[in-house]
Formats: sequence, structure tokens, C-alpha cells
Amino acid sequence: MKKVIDGNEAAAAAAKLARVKVISAYPITPQTTVVEKLADYVANGDIDAEFIKVESEHSALSACVGAAATGVRTFTATSSQGLMLMSEILFATSGLRLPIVMTNANRSLSAPLSIWCDQQDSVAVRDSGWIQLYCENNQEILDTTIQAFRASEELLLPVMVCYDGYILSHTVEPVDIPRQEEVDEFLPPYKLPNPLDPEKPVTIGPVGVPEYYTEFRYMLQNDMRNSKNKLVEVEGEFANRFGRSYGLIERYHSDDAEVVLLTMGSLSSSAKDVVDSYRKRGVSVGLVKVKSYRPFPNEEIVGALRNAMAVAVLEKDISLGYAGGLFLDTAASFVNSEHTPLMLNFICGLAGRDVSSLQIRQAVHAAAKAAESGEVKRTVNWLGLRENYRGG
Amino acid sequence: MKEISNLELIAPGHRACAGCSCVLALRHVLKALGKNIVISQATGCMEVISTHYPETAWRVPWIHVAFENAAAVASGVSRALKVLGKNDAKAVAIAGDGGTADIGLQALSGAVERGEDMLYICYDNEAYMNTGMQRSGATPYRAWTTTTPVGKEKQGKDRPKKDIPSIIIAHGSPYVATASVAYPIDLAKKIKKAASIKGPTYVHVHTPCVPGWRIKESKSIEVARLAVLTGSWFLYEAEGSKMNVTFKPTKRRSVADYLKMQGRFRHLTEEDISEIQGIVDEQCKRFGIA
Repeated sequence: MKKVIDGNEAAAAAAKLARVKVISAYPITPQTTVVEKLADYVANGDIDAEFIKVESEHSALSACVGAAATGVRTFTATSSQGLMLMSEILFATSGLRLPIVMTNANRSLSAPLSIWCDQQDSVAVRDSGWIQLYCENNQEILDTTIQAFRASEELLLPVMVCYDGYILSHTVEPVDIPRQEEVDEFLPPYKLPNPLDPEKPVTIGPVGVPEYYTEFRYMLQNDMRNSKNKLVEVEGEFANRFGRSYGLIERYHSDDAEVVLLTMGSLSSSAKDVVDSYRKRGVSVGLVKVKSYRPFPNEEIVGALRNAMAVAVLEKDISLGYAGGLFLDTAASFVNSEHTPLMLNFICGLAGRDVSSLQIRQAVHAAAKAAESGEVKRTVNWLGLRENYRGG
Repeated sequence: MKEISNLELIAPGHRACAGCSCVLALRHVLKALGKNIVISQATGCMEVISTHYPETAWRVPWIHVAFENAAAVASGVSRALKVLGKNDAKAVAIAGDGGTADIGLQALSGAVERGEDMLYICYDNEAYMNTGMQRSGATPYRAWTTTTPVGKEKQGKDRPKKDIPSIIIAHGSPYVATASVAYPIDLAKKIKKAASIKGPTYVHVHTPCVPGWRIKESKSIEVARLAVLTGSWFLYEAEGSKMNVTFKPTKRRSVADYLKMQGRFRHLTEEDISEIQGIVDEQCKRFGIA
């Protein structure tokens, strides 16, 4: 059934279709309407779930951990400062191997305070052992969230579904909402191997002494790396049933392109428009959209960029003191590979500032120039910076 | 001793200090609770001494996640037990005084305000003993700790002990009790009662720490008992507005008897002790203790 809904409702609808049993969340702009929608579902009996209306995001995720470990499917949603407050428990969740799904409406971090969109929040917790999947539109939010439950529970790894605040969270689009029976066939009931059960006592979360801690991390890393296969497999089955798939990365006119843009999230749509306009004029420009930021699809990216002369990574985050996170991870992907394109980084769209097609063209132009001359004048660039603030 | 069961749900071989009264209190707590529980435990002494991977001392389901979130984790456990129809199983949170009075207070307050069906147990050894005896909100007035050292300008903690049970009573909890490891039958009764009541119940157990209080391994129970006999610690239960003091010393002993047994109060002068005696006398009035 097609319904015109915003990104937050797509996230809430997916959680409902997944028959989550314990929801625990704290309101934060721009995630708020996810919480409101879920509260409506529970209040109206549309969903048979407990909703723990906690006093903070830290407790939101902590309560999910308790419920997931006891053996029920859980869900939480947050954004920005809320994700930062959760960060301690993010690491605990993956370390405990609990399959928790959360949606994150991407929003910038204080200070200065900003409620608007960028991807600094989730990029900042990329090392936390959560699978991170970035969505481009509202349909993708719904589809990805449903798949996230299945992948998470089969992998025993937590999954964060990220989508741009306001740009998606508060923008309505037609979304095809599958029937409950269809989702039930795709997503089996929650099952944890060794839950907290008085009939069969287990200890979860012991002290990891030096003799064992390293092996816990090694196993976690191994499973995170291998999770790429599971994500592809789960999406394959989803595609068979529902006819939609997105991939760990999407290659958009990129295979033969000399200049390739690399993006995550809703910015990809704007960048595709720019690619189209170049292609109409016969200019060989392409795009690679990164959907899975963790596990990072480094091999897939290297494969997709094998013919590229120059790559422009556009992103809404910065690892302060170095460069953008997506750029750094992309650059590292080419370590020990045969062909390495020239790479440029463009920091843009921070705190909800629009990324115009003109700015994207500037990035294409700079990359094309690099491809032609064989050298990069400036690696890290800021798009749309106010004139007065340009440093040396 | 029909009040105390033969069940042993904390296995021997854990790494608690000799004479640790906290682990003894938990042993009694578990005897009173029985097997049909799920424990969410905060970071702290009782967590680190009991679960060095691949060993565990717990014969009941048990989870540790972090320091400040035992009440939040237990909330999740409680709701999940409800969803699963395991209505007889009780969600139990256990934390020390730091995990309760300080870093975990927000999560505890939230859980009690929401009315979660859970029993929260605080074992109070009156400082961050696990990290090496730093002061907490529950450290008593004038006590030495490594962060309230005895120096030229300042000698011990200059603030009173935070009254957590009263804070939980103010939330409208259906049952709040204080207890002492020196009174195990009183403790067991309170734990059983707290577990039998639906909603967020709270039991605060006074548990001396051998290294932290600078006492002998053989003296932890004696010190705990003296806390009660001198009116430095109270045994009561509160059900709504109904307050019941479960033990009143017939002839209260001088607070000096309690303080002088502990190295953490070694620096106190006779003047200091009489100041503390005055404070204790005042507090005893609240509980009708002569």
C-alpha cells in the first residue's frame, strides 16, 4: 500500500511491521515524531509492545539492552546529542552481541547548538561496533529498517539506520508499505541464543580480563567484516519478496567515469541530478553512493572506482584535525591496491546548510581539473564557506 | 533460623576481600529472593569480584552493562519478562552507593517515577571502594577517603551523607527499606517484602568495607552493628506515608564507639566527635530513637 509519509513515520512504520516488543526512546529533534508515532501505535493498540518512556537516551539504549538480553525484539530511535549520550552503551551493546536496531535522524552536534542536519553524529561513533546503513529516501528508510532486524538478529550485531534530519525525517514522499503478513514471512520471531532466563541462568557482561579481551574484540571485528555477506544475502531475499534493493554501495554511471563523486545519504539524490546533467552533455561523470558505512565496503569501492582518475568525496562531517571520515575511509581503501585515483574531500552541508547543485559542480570541476593535470591542489575543501572565513 | 534459606546462589571462589560485608549482604539477599530473578548489576566491587571471565559466581541470570544504568537495564528486563509472560520472575537491580547516589541516580529516579516493576538494592559501603576509596555522595561527614584526605586545611569530607532512601520515598515508591548486614533476618524480611510488592521497591543495605573503612577483617559485622546501636544508621521500612522503624536500640551507645573502631575517622578530635554526636542525636529524633 502506497502512503505519503515522512522519514520518521517510515522508521516507525518499519518498527511496527517488525513487531517490536519493547520500545525505549527519548524525544529529540528531529527524531521526535518517531517517538510520538510509536506512542500512538501503543496507545491505540495497533502494536502489542511495551514503551519505556525513559528519562534520557542513555537509559533508552540501556533499557533496550536489558530487554534484548532477556529475549525480546527492541527498538530505539535518536539523533545528535542523544546518540552522543548513548555512546558509552553503543560500545557495550556490540560487545554484548545484542541485536538491537535503532534509527538515527542525522543532526549536527553542539557547540554551537544546531538542530539541523549533518552526519557528524553517527560518523563520530563509527568505531562502536554498530552496523551503520545510510538511507537516501523514505522508501529506503522503511526497507532498510525492516532488513536491519533480520540481519541484526542473524549476526548478533546491532544496526543503526541513519537518515538525514529534516531533509528526510520531515519530508513526505510516497512510500510502499508492505503488508504485515509479507513482513512476517520475511522476518522470523526474535530469538537470542542464551537469554537471561531464571530456568537456565547465564552471566552476560563479565569482566574481560587481559587474557581474553583481545579475542572478544577479534571475534567482533571478524563478524563485523563478514557481515557484508549477510547484509547482501538479507537484501537479496528482501528484493525477491518486495522488488527493491540498494546494495552496500550504489554505482551510478560510475563504471566508466573518469570523475566520480562519492556520497552518503540524501545528498546522493542531488549529486545524481548533477551527474545526469553532465552525462546529457556527454561528460563522463559518475557517482558512488555509500550505503553501508560500517562495515565499510572498501573492496566494493575500489572495484567501483577502478577506472576513475579523480574522486570527489562530499560529506557532512569532519574528523577534526584531519579530514572527513568518509574521505579517510575511502582513501584507506586503496592501500595496497594497484590503481589509486586522485582524491579530493569536500566538507559541505553542515548544520542543514543546503548543498546546491552549483556547489556539487564545483567539486566535479575541481576533480576534473585534478584528473587532467594529474595533481591535487588542495585535498580538503569546504564548499560554500562564507568569504570572510576563508583561511590560508 | 527458618528465616534464612539454605540456598547458595553466589558461588564460593569469588574475589571479594577477606571480611567483605558487601558480598555477605548479597548472599543473604539472594537467599531471600530465591532463583526466580534476573539481576542487572552496576559496575562496582560486587561486579568485578564475581565475574572474571570465564568464571562467574552467579547461579542466577545476571547482566552487567555499565556503571550508571542498572535501573534502566532492569527496566528493560522487567518489561521483557512481562512481554514473555514470565510474571513470577522479578527484575532486580543491584548497585553500590556510587552507582546509586551519584552516577546512577538519574536512571534510578526515572525508573521509580515510571513505576517499573523492579526491586533496586543498594549496598552502601560509603565510598567508591572499587576504584580505591574515593568519596561518594554517600560518604559520611568527616570520613577520610583518598579524595577527602586529611590535610592541613581540610580533614575528611566536609559534606553530610546523601539520604537516598528519603529521595526514593519522595518519588512515591510503594516500599523503601533500610537494612544492615549485621541484621540478616531483618534484611531477609525486607528483601522478601520488597520483592513481593509490585512496582519500584528499594532496599538500602549498610555494608562496611574492610580496606576502605580501615577496619580489621574480623570486625566488619561488629562495625555494622555499632552503626545501628549508636544511631549512625537506621533500620526502617516505609510504605507510602507509613514509616516503621524495625529496630530501635534500647540504650543508644555513644557514637565514639562506632567512629573509634574505624581508621577513616582516626583524625577526629574529641570536639569533632561531639559535633557528630550532636548531628546523630538530631537524626535519631526523626526515627523516635531515644
